[in-house]
Amino acid sequence: MSSPALAVREEGKVRSLVDFYATTMRTAIQANFAYRADTLLYMVGTIVEPVVYLVVWSTVARSQGGDVAGITAGEFAAYYIVWTLVRQFNLAFTPYGWEWRIRQGRVSANLLRPIHPIHYDLAEFAGWKFVAFTVWIPVAAVLVLVFEPTLDFGALDVAVFVVAIWGAFVLRALCLWTLGLVSFWTTRTAPIFELYILLELLLSGRLVPLQVMPGWAEGIADSLWFKYTFGFPIESLVGDLSGAELLGGLVLQLVWIGAAWGAMSLVWRRAVRQYTAVGN
Amino acid sequence: MRIALLYYRLAALNELQYRANFFFQLFQAVIAFGTGLAVIALVFSHTKQLNGWDAYELLALFGVQMALAGLIHALVQPAMQKLMDDVREGTLDYVLTKPVDAQLLVTVREARIWRLVDVLGGLTVLGYAITEIERAVGVVDALGFVLTLFLGATMLYSFWLVLATMAFWVVRIWAVGDLFEGLYQTGRWPIGIYPGWLRYGLTFLVPIGFAITVPAEAVTSRLEWQSGAGALVFAVVLALVARRIFRFGLTRYSGASA
Repeated sequence: MSSPALAVREEGKVRSLVDFYATTMRTAIQANFAYRADTLLYMVGTIVEPVVYLVVWSTVARSQGGDVAGITAGEFAAYYIVWTLVRQFNLAFTPYGWEWRIRQGRVSANLLRPIHPIHYDLAEFAGWKFVAFTVWIPVAAVLVLVFEPTLDFGALDVAVFVVAIWGAFVLRALCLWTLGLVSFWTTRTAPIFELYILLELLLSGRLVPLQVMPGWAEGIADSLWFKYTFGFPIESLVGDLSGAELLGGLVLQLVWIGAAWGAMSLVWRRAVRQYTAVGN
Repeated sequence: MRIALLYYRLAALNELQYRANFFFQLFQAVIAFGTGLAVIALVFSHTKQLNGWDAYELLALFGVQMALAGLIHALVQPAMQKLMDDVREGTLDYVLTKPVDAQLLVTVREARIWRLVDVLGGLTVLGYAITEIERAVGVVDALGFVLTLFLGATMLYSFWLVLATMAFWVVRIWAVGDLFEGLYQTGRWPIGIYPGWLRYGLTFLVPIGFAITVPAEAVTSRLEWQSGAGALVFAVVLALVARRIFRFGLTRYSGASA
């Protein structure tokens, strides 16, 4: 039953949403460029994590005569350097942010807006990615010089990678956002969030390339979404996945995004009913 | 000293009101320890030795790292975060107008005692690791451990103080906490595994590796007296420098009215 009037309104809705994203992202880019030092400090903090993993695993690789589970020191270097870029992209609004919003009673304002509040957070963080990317380039250059990665990728790898890092962002953002909604019921989201991070660490390829995990753990990881937020984008660029595996991965990532979106909308609708403004 | 105890008692009383927090803290500690142990297990499923440290020795190092982390999270970080907030909002006036040493006061006025759970956990892991290590831990080792642990804590405190003092110059530095947490993760591994330049950075620029590796070396009987003496000198120098920088920062502070 799509009457012409409705079609026009639908079209207007899409256009205004696109417009909204463009504007919010631009604002976020400008706001964050004003605080480059903060972004740089943040990045140094996040880059230490993969550098530590890299150092540990290349030490192990060397002591084992060159490789761990078939991965050489140079390949570890490539993996963890790409890791740093994926990390900038999959960074999203955390449950801590939600806890703060709820405590401060900030959600009331969000509820008054005509569009779903998820869009606001997605757009804001998407804009930040561009700032993070520019700050990342020199950092990555230093890492490449220091750790001498084995880099070897083709055009298809790059194309899939570019899509997959945005997919990783949307997927992880949706998961964390949904998790953050738990704050509507309890103001203690930290333990749940930390549990999520633990699972992510072990099952996404964040800690180590998944081949290094014991077989059974790799099996579990394959049937969950975590790896599409870390391991899959990284391996699309530096792993040796076939064309079919690359595209299949993208499709599965999209499926998981769809599922996460569904879960998010469902929880959001219930959460709003739960909401009573605190304070003001 | 009396003031410090008074403030800590106040903080303790304050937190004892929220007993549920203890269980949340416990749960979080379980996760943190679980993560660390899983990583160590994973590494040692692929190798027997990491740069000369075997699994139990590395476990001892992990215990030291967690115990010191608990100490920092309980006593140092909350106070430093408050210092940075106060500088930004101009409410540091309340500290400066009191007739006691400003550094002492900003250090002790905020604490999260439940985080001390991590200290207990870290010491438990350490204790277990020691019983599994085959070499006996002598009295000298134990003394060296206690002393170097104290030095390590001093270094970490001074380092945090320097970071927090940056707030006097750069106002928006929320990322400082993240920076410290990130760098602190390097301490989970013996500092010897890092390539040269990074090792020097983690020893002298950021004393984290040093602060954690040295006590762990002491308890695993691999500490050489040079490292111990180095730690002593370095901790003292760092503490003095941090104090100077803090004082200098105070001269930049212009109060709430500005």
